[in-house]
Amino acid sequence: MNLYNIIFYLFAAITLVSAFFVVTTRNVIYSAFNLLLTFFGVAGIYVLLGADFLAVVQIIVYVGGILILLLFGVMLTNKIVNVQIRTGATQILPATIAVGAFSGILISLLVNTEWKKVGTALPGASTTANLGMLMMNEYILIFELLGILLLVALIGAATIARK
Amino acid sequence: MIFDWLSSLIGNEIIAGIICACLPLFLFILPFALVAVLMERKVSAHMQDRLGPMRTGYHGIIQTIADILKLFQKEDIMSNEVDKPLFNIAPVLTFIGSYAAFAAIPFTSNFIGTKLDLGIVYILGVSSFGVVSILMAGWSSNNKYSLLGAMRSAAQLVSYEIPTFLVVVTLITVTGTTSLLNLSEMQTGHFWNWMILGGPGLNLTKFLLIPFMIVGAVIVFISTLAEVNRTPFDVPEADSELVAGYYTEYSGMKFAMFFLAEYANMFAVSAIVSALFFGGYQSPFGYLGNLLGVSWLVPFEQLFWFTLKGCLFVFVQMWLRWTLPRLRVDQLMTLCWKYLIPFAFANLLIVGLLVVL
Repeated sequence: MNLYNIIFYLFAAITLVSAFFVVTTRNVIYSAFNLLLTFFGVAGIYVLLGADFLAVVQIIVYVGGILILLLFGVMLTNKIVNVQIRTGATQILPATIAVGAFSGILISLLVNTEWKKVGTALPGASTTANLGMLMMNEYILIFELLGILLLVALIGAATIARK
Repeated sequence: MIFDWLSSLIGNEIIAGIICACLPLFLFILPFALVAVLMERKVSAHMQDRLGPMRTGYHGIIQTIADILKLFQKEDIMSNEVDKPLFNIAPVLTFIGSYAAFAAIPFTSNFIGTKLDLGIVYILGVSSFGVVSILMAGWSSNNKYSLLGAMRSAAQLVSYEIPTFLVVVTLITVTGTTSLLNLSEMQTGHFWNWMILGGPGLNLTKFLLIPFMIVGAVIVFISTLAEVNRTPFDVPEADSELVAGYYTEYSGMKFAMFFLAEYANMFAVSAIVSALFFGGYQSPFGYLGNLLGVSWLVPFEQLFWFTLKGCLFVFVQMWLRWTLPRLRVDQLMTLCWKYLIPFAFANLLIVGLLVVL
């Protein structure tokens, strides 16, 4: 068992345990803070897979953006307006069916896909340059469309805020 | 690299990694915090025509050590209504956020935590842990001042990340690297190779870039100043409105953790500004070691210059703190969204055009 194995199991454990608490805890704030650990663990696994750019972007977008927005929303409604937000289990039967079906799809994909096997050694070079090349050449249309989508969301948010 | 040297010395990757991870803390941040706290008190005192601490040691030089001893003895007060787990985690998480940044800061050409290719992007990423921890501290304290401070702080940090990022993108377009080590290595030689003076090389683009680089440096300095919550951007802990902001309820060592994190952050952003625009660890006049032919001297000189530049920017931060009044919350947001971001965007466009041409 070398260093990378230990680190992998550490990050996997962090991700799984915190994800479990995100779902089970009754307090929304605790869920949100556990989500921080989940994102962190996933970022760590990305790093171990050699996807350094993806890992950093994961932290910036999810922790720096989405999680903080989430916390803002919960805190402003919870403490200032004095509404108790609690999570609970509702609609158990449909949820079980949906989750079962989705995990069935995922497992069947996992089993049936022919995984491309690359060497076990970690890719040393950074992936950033290659990613940039791909985004600007091969996937330029999708890239631009995503940009337009974000712009539309931004304008929409500004319009709603002005009312 | 320090890690390779340590792992060959000890023969175990894990122990070497742990030692390597602790080095900046014990060699740098703790001594720096000791000096910086005293420096802040002395600078503020002299700016206000006072003397500052004078009794402990010569001109009060061991005052900070006495203060730390006092902090160790203090009772850890926690009110009944706080959210205990989050209240205890928040100071640690704050420090994690600010310490993680040091992994990618090049102290010298040999002493850097990791030769990460995404150095500067990584630093901007881990700074978001600080925001989360501030929200955590503010919420778990169950105190309206704390919560208001945390809200203000998070809004401020999230907003001011944008101009910082835009200026960093500007620099990436010029240099083509995101690694702070490569960036510092690029600015070697003399001070006219620094990015603030258009970067290395001697051609027309360099001279055309100079004014835009100065604008970029000013923007990044202002926005990083706001990111460490220093005056004139200290609305999150505005003493006269919010007691002490998000750490109102903290006492003893937990308060000390916030304090240490603040000083670590101050140095981290100073180091980032100096690495981006002022040559990082590079000497402005060439190295004495190279001149005399003693190559082991060079890293020590680099550490000296790095520390000097960092402390210089920390001094400027203190200077501003005791000179300028605090901005109002709306002025703070106006400054960011209506001035810094448009200027940073224009800067990015013009620099991009210059680089393409």
